[in-house]
Amino acid sequence: MSRATRLPVTSRSKVISLIEAVAVSKRYAGGLGRESTLALAPLSLVIDAERPRVTAVVGESGSGKTTLARLLLGLVEPTDGEVKYRGCDLRKLGRGERLAFRRDVQAVFQDPYGVYNPFYRVDHVLWTPVRRFRLAASRTKARELISAALRAVGLHPEEILGRFPHQLSGGQRQRVMVARALLLKPKLIVADEPVSMVDASLRAAILSSLRKLSDEHGISILYITHDLATAYQISASILVLYRAHLAEAGDVERVVTAPQHPYTQLLITAIPRAHATRDWLAQQGEASPGDLSRSGTGCCFADRCPHTIPACVEAPPSLYRTEPCRAVACVRFRQYPALPASNLSSVMSG
Amino acid sequence: MSPPILRVEGLCVSFDHPLGKVQAVDDVTFALAPGERFGLAGESGSGKSTLALAIMRMTKPPGRIEAGEVWFAGTQLADLDEEGMRALRLAGIALVPQGSMNSLNPVSRIGRQIVDAFADHGARLTRREQESRIAALLAAVGLPEAAARMYPHELSGGMKQRACIAIAICLRPKVIIADEPTSALDVVVQRQVMATLARVQQELGAAVILIGHDLGLMAQFVDRLGVMYAGRLVEVAPIAEIITCPRHPYTRALIASLPSLEGRGALAGIPGLAPLLRDLPPGCAFHPRCTIATERCRKEVPRLRDVASNQVACHLA
Repeated sequence: MSRATRLPVTSRSKVISLIEAVAVSKRYAGGLGRESTLALAPLSLVIDAERPRVTAVVGESGSGKTTLARLLLGLVEPTDGEVKYRGCDLRKLGRGERLAFRRDVQAVFQDPYGVYNPFYRVDHVLWTPVRRFRLAASRTKARELISAALRAVGLHPEEILGRFPHQLSGGQRQRVMVARALLLKPKLIVADEPVSMVDASLRAAILSSLRKLSDEHGISILYITHDLATAYQISASILVLYRAHLAEAGDVERVVTAPQHPYTQLLITAIPRAHATRDWLAQQGEASPGDLSRSGTGCCFADRCPHTIPACVEAPPSLYRTEPCRAVACVRFRQYPALPASNLSSVMSG
Repeated sequence: MSPPILRVEGLCVSFDHPLGKVQAVDDVTFALAPGERFGLAGESGSGKSTLALAIMRMTKPPGRIEAGEVWFAGTQLADLDEEGMRALRLAGIALVPQGSMNSLNPVSRIGRQIVDAFADHGARLTRREQESRIAALLAAVGLPEAAARMYPHELSGGMKQRACIAIAICLRPKVIIADEPTSALDVVVQRQVMATLARVQQELGAAVILIGHDLGLMAQFVDRLGVMYAGRLVEVAPIAEIITCPRHPYTRALIASLPSLEGRGALAGIPGLAPLLRDLPPGCAFHPRCTIATERCRKEVPRLRDVASNQVACHLA
């Protein structure tokens, strides 16, 4: 079956993107008279299957990065806006389309311990998709397929197959999950904090295998993390979220080496560096995170920002396109052209 | 140099396992000067936390302290009875255990949990004294006074970690052992918690043992670093020496595996896996993953020896 023939074409004769989030937002209702919590402010994002790339979503706890992942995976329903899979709202997918979506978009989650059933051998998580999606005509073919997927993520099949989850290290378990995603030849892998629970020395191996998938198998990766340094190493473009709002987005090289939004600047200086010069603790002078439920009218970073001006608290900042490949949501850059939020992808494609 | 406040000599901890004895801490020796910040780094399973528990004599069966001495301010801890040891914990050596922010009692207010620590060590305080001590402790770790009347679930992760530090310092210990105090926190909050720890440490004049695997954090916080591999100390040196001139191949690999912010390039991991402690390779435990291993490394266990200002356990250093 060729996928190309199925692709619908828009009136502008542009190929419809694989996943498109259109001003998607999520608000969790507060029970018993408590205020509702905004988990993600309207955000538009396009993931194009034709141009696979690694996109990082960076932010601290409560920034909405996991909410974005869950929205794109169809695991939670948006409060406003919609997530489209090949032009069709996720909530309105038919049976066949849903199956195709489940195959094209794969997830790798944070906890490499919790995703396994300890009573089954790890083979189980690899055989299930093979059976469910009828990936192989025979058991021999299936075994070949599984071995190839394991090798693609740098594992030796003979060391992995037949083992129970507790017999593998955290890094191996997480790579088996990447191999499982790879079996389905997806177009997009959403990796939510895939390395936050494994050791520094194993992180590199998992991240390299993710980047290799993007380069060699043409898979787009959405890498969700709180770690700017690893995001910088493996992604091409980056979104920085702060308290449900987009702070800065664009080419990763520009955003990390010359951050413009004060929050991105704070994130970068807060990373302890393995340098002989010790200035890390001395730099700390920022205010602590304010009350998360605070519903101000202005910029959500204003109460921690060292550059706050009256305009910051009056209205939320628009996105300004400060460079061809960068947009910043900060009033200090209002001399630059405003970028409509729906057009965010134009700075992300590089 | 003043005499060390804490001296660990030839400490060995092993666990009995159906498949054989597991040597989790193997002949570890180091000394801690008063007010010094000492780091212990290594991958998971390298014995860092086991060492911390053994110093406090809190090793639980099937683990046991096989050999070695721990001297704290002139006292050999093994000579103390259980009651004496109990009095020393928290008052002399305080431990902020791994994941301690999740070990606060969920049904007890923060202030109550601080008072418990006083009460357990026989401090009889009036209500007013209690309140003033709690207020002073919370102020020392940068928490609002209202936190005393809050339950743990009302605090954020960083605030809970500070509450744990407040409990740890309440009896003005001379040594604080912090086991991965910031591993679950965001970078910005991590810096705030570490700054808090640095400040209270200076105020008390206490020495700190910081356990962790982030060499970036170590570089910015500790004065001296010990690198552990498979239960053994493989390198001990002043932090500037470790960062600029690491001598053990494992230390070099650990530093190289830190993702850089200076330039994009291949991510360097450490090839292979950490060895199983019950089935250590002969010779240097690191030799199967070492890029420069020789025949001697496969046969002979390297001992910690002085190389310039570092102590290194490597035949090739």
